[in-house]
Amino acid sequence: MKEPLIFEYSLPGRRGPTHAPDTMDAMDGLPADALRDELSGLPEVSELQTVRHFTRLSQQNFSIDTHFYPLGSCTMKYNPRVCNRVAMMPSFINRHPLGPEEHGQGFLHCMFELQDMLKAVTGMTEISLTPMAGAQGEFAGVAMIRAYHLARGDTERRQIIVPDAAHGTNPATATMCGCEVVEIPTMADGDVDIEALRGVLGPQTAGIMLTNPSTLGVFERKIETIAALVHEAGGLLYYDGANLNAILGRALPGDMGFDVIHINLHKTFSTPHGGGGPGSGVVGVNERLQPYLPVPIVGRREIKHGNDQYIWLTGKERPQSIGRLSAFMGNAGILLRAWVYMRLLGARGMLRVSEYATLNANYLMARLVQAGFQAAYPERRASHEFIISLKDIARETSVNTMDFAKALLDRGFHAPTTYFPMLVPECLLIEPTETETMQELDAFVDAMVEIRDLALRDPEEVKKAPLSTPVRRLDDVRAARQLDLAWPGR
Amino acid sequence: MNGIPENLRYSENHEWVREEDDGTVVIGVTDHAQQALGELVFVELPESGQDIPEGDAFAVVESVKAASDVYAPLGGKVLAVNEALADAPELINSSPYEDGWLVRLQPAAPTQAEQLMDSGAYQQMLAESGA
Amino acid sequence: MPFIPHTNDDVAAMLDIIGAQSTEELFQEIPASLRITELAGVPEGMSEADISRLAQQRAAHDGGVVSFIGAGAYEHYIPAAVWDLATRGEFYSAYTPYQAEASQGTLQLVYEYQSMMVALTGLDVSNASLYDGATAFAEACLMAVRANRKSQSRRVVTTRAMHPAYRSVAQTILSNQGIELVELPIRNGTTDLDALAALEGEDFAAVCIQQPGFLGTIEAVDEMTDQAHAANRLVIAVCNPLALAVLKPPGSWGEAGADIACGEGQPLGIPLSSGGPYFGYMTCRKSLVRQMPGRIVGRTVDVDGTPGFTLTLQAREQHIRRSKATSNICTNQGLMVTAATIHMSLLGAEGLRRTAARCHANTRSLAAKLAQLDGVSIAFEQYFHEAVICLDQPVAPVLEALSAHGILGGYDLSDDYPELGNAMLVCATDARSEQEIETYVTCMRDVLAGVQAV
Repeated sequence: MKEPLIFEYSLPGRRGPTHAPDTMDAMDGLPADALRDELSGLPEVSELQTVRHFTRLSQQNFSIDTHFYPLGSCTMKYNPRVCNRVAMMPSFINRHPLGPEEHGQGFLHCMFELQDMLKAVTGMTEISLTPMAGAQGEFAGVAMIRAYHLARGDTERRQIIVPDAAHGTNPATATMCGCEVVEIPTMADGDVDIEALRGVLGPQTAGIMLTNPSTLGVFERKIETIAALVHEAGGLLYYDGANLNAILGRALPGDMGFDVIHINLHKTFSTPHGGGGPGSGVVGVNERLQPYLPVPIVGRREIKHGNDQYIWLTGKERPQSIGRLSAFMGNAGILLRAWVYMRLLGARGMLRVSEYATLNANYLMARLVQAGFQAAYPERRASHEFIISLKDIARETSVNTMDFAKALLDRGFHAPTTYFPMLVPECLLIEPTETETMQELDAFVDAMVEIRDLALRDPEEVKKAPLSTPVRRLDDVRAARQLDLAWPGR
Repeated sequence: MNGIPENLRYSENHEWVREEDDGTVVIGVTDHAQQALGELVFVELPESGQDIPEGDAFAVVESVKAASDVYAPLGGKVLAVNEALADAPELINSSPYEDGWLVRLQPAAPTQAEQLMDSGAYQQMLAESGA
Repeated sequence: MPFIPHTNDDVAAMLDIIGAQSTEELFQEIPASLRITELAGVPEGMSEADISRLAQQRAAHDGGVVSFIGAGAYEHYIPAAVWDLATRGEFYSAYTPYQAEASQGTLQLVYEYQSMMVALTGLDVSNASLYDGATAFAEACLMAVRANRKSQSRRVVTTRAMHPAYRSVAQTILSNQGIELVELPIRNGTTDLDALAALEGEDFAAVCIQQPGFLGTIEAVDEMTDQAHAANRLVIAVCNPLALAVLKPPGSWGEAGADIACGEGQPLGIPLSSGGPYFGYMTCRKSLVRQMPGRIVGRTVDVDGTPGFTLTLQAREQHIRRSKATSNICTNQGLMVTAATIHMSLLGAEGLRRTAARCHANTRSLAAKLAQLDGVSIAFEQYFHEAVICLDQPVAPVLEALSAHGILGGYDLSDDYPELGNAMLVCATDARSEQEIETYVTCMRDVLAGVQAV
């Protein structure tokens, strides 16, 4: 059943005054020409209609809570309920961001601990919690690299090196920071092409952005060589923390030679994805970049014979900071959820995260390879994710990766990431995460095999998928040509 | 559309150039380019009167899956743009060499087009790239 | 083992399939020189009961105050159903709707959200949201520089009447691209129009107008909009969306309306939560839609002709356009938009208007009562739901004394606006009762008397 738009339930005069003041106060303090006469275009619906409508809409979503969701590079692990409950405690959600420090010691204490734990898992010397998403963390990182060079009078360093397998945000971020992007190729074994790297390094190099393990699902084995080369050339190393889940407690980006890192708390530390955010892209740095960290940062004032005080460090204390990235301090409620998750797991729990994430990925890859699917890097260990290429099946049967993705939906699985990284043709990037059972992975393999067998027998049948979802394949061309972006009925 | 018109000149970036009798030139993208892009949903064109240096990205053609820059195969002043593309970007798909033209330029220098490929050379380039 | 479902038998069977002796072996590609085996500096784990207890203890330090601070984040009553529904697992634990057929819930909701923001702002199209009000403002400036074809300028006019943190964030983001913010002074709490007039003849990509301004005051939006358009400048409106329930929408400013509207969505059902997560909204005229950053949902049909929703105009985004994208932004603030859409549905136009009017009335009542005290005055006569209050003594010690009584008395303006003297910004939203307003006034009287006695 197609759910109507909320506006289609609306009738004038239906709304009761339950949720707002029961009278309309006069707007007599304002000039008449500043006011609007009427507000049309919002629905008038009852509370029950609203509850039913949004409950039904929710039921049209795939989610971690309802389906296996092996979206590569997104770390769709279980989001523990207790993290949400703590973040929604009245004292936390009602705290005004500009309230005085003395009425925020509980919150600030948690944030200080979070900073400390994030230092420990990255090997960095200081953390700023303010970036509100991975892309903003990247922005902060590259802006700090630029600030560092400029502070040294090194004004010509404007090139950011990015492997061709990198996520699109890397080059987009470099551009946003006023830098030029230089792409380097990846070798057939999935590692960065060191010779190509040597070729582009020079006095114009600001830095390099790397994800390790890379978006190809393998660990960059020559990372120490890369770090040495980049540093020798006067550049800095940026670590995109998208895949930190794979190495949590196994290796530290700081030890690899990275100068700055962002961490997607909504991936590794299990804060909710929320249908596309809010995320959190906290950044960490080593001594070199410490003065440039975005503000505010949570500090501690030690007090003799009393409780320590937690305080805000702002531009006053950090005059060289790249500045503010949000009106207040970023996605505080998301940070609280990450704090709960990290305290809950503790050091040993975190080691198990990478252990079982890697076990699940390697198992799923081995099962799919045994079933006849083609791994992009069969000689390599999978990190917490891996790539399958469907190019042979696509050539043989004309059933392509998109068709597989849609057919998976009909079998109760969210599709893995499709057509990324672009290096591998007809690819699926699959990340099962540590919170899935072996039995769930086996069921996924069965579905993949079933789809392939159907593709060989009756490719047109696969191309009809999905059939069980609220809508079938949508006309993207029409969506972009005949833009319908808002309800026209008002 | 299979044929590559013989009366046009071609760039390595798959733009075509038609020299008019009045000394102006018309620029568009080739059939090969529109096929690679897929169904177009939007075209961003320069303003009339704008000066475009050779090699600059002067237009963007957008499909559902990609937005690609169109580079000026030669430099000049924009005399006219194809207004019909605003409502019907699919003209580039259906008629790349005629109705789907992008801009008319007054070339900055008279003989620039001669440096571009003729239809034979362009055909050969496509063949060599496996297209 | 928190959240790890594997039995020992599972692990043995899985390693057997992989062909590895131990899970340790799976990390063999990490050079030995980089391997660690423990995480020094991370405490041991806790049970759910223990972490809940610890969180309760921490939270106990923070509550128990009544706040009259606004300054960009506002406490409003949020209906119980809003977060009950928004935190349903199907919304909470879904991701960006890349697989449209499996994400119709989120997609339709965002389409409804976009429709509501279009209604509130009076413009044509909305995106699916940005991080917060400050970054939405910065993105609007970038967008205006890209979109204004009549201007070659990389300069944008802003004003001291705009939220100081918004200006500061925009500076962080724009300075890296060599875009300059030119700041107009204020007079009587609003943008100094003579200073704006003095820029005549200069090329700027856009003029930014915050309505109501940071100081709660009302800008001459019609005049400023017409003047900007006459000078080929785009107009960026920065508005509290709740205020737009009663104030003239940006789409109706001046002759032609503002070109881009943006702002902080927090007043639409998002709790204060120490500053986030909130969401930034952005709407614009249709001709600018391809320059708009962030995700956009469109309505289309499926292969059977059934109406459905999908992400559209994605070719502008980072995952396709890479270094030429309109922005590096990937996510919106989906969960916050979910809550805001439910909030707006429950309140409707009338509920939002009554809430906005109550905020106005409460702040007027508070300001008037405070102004009756000795040494207290109201700085500017016309304001929406925040008022600048001037004292005859420094503000900080007074706020501190109030805070000791459990009252957060307002936002101290002395750092951001030294030109206003001993000034603070007070706000009494619909969440404040008459009783609380009375308590504040009584407390202020006592504090002022006490401070004066010292």
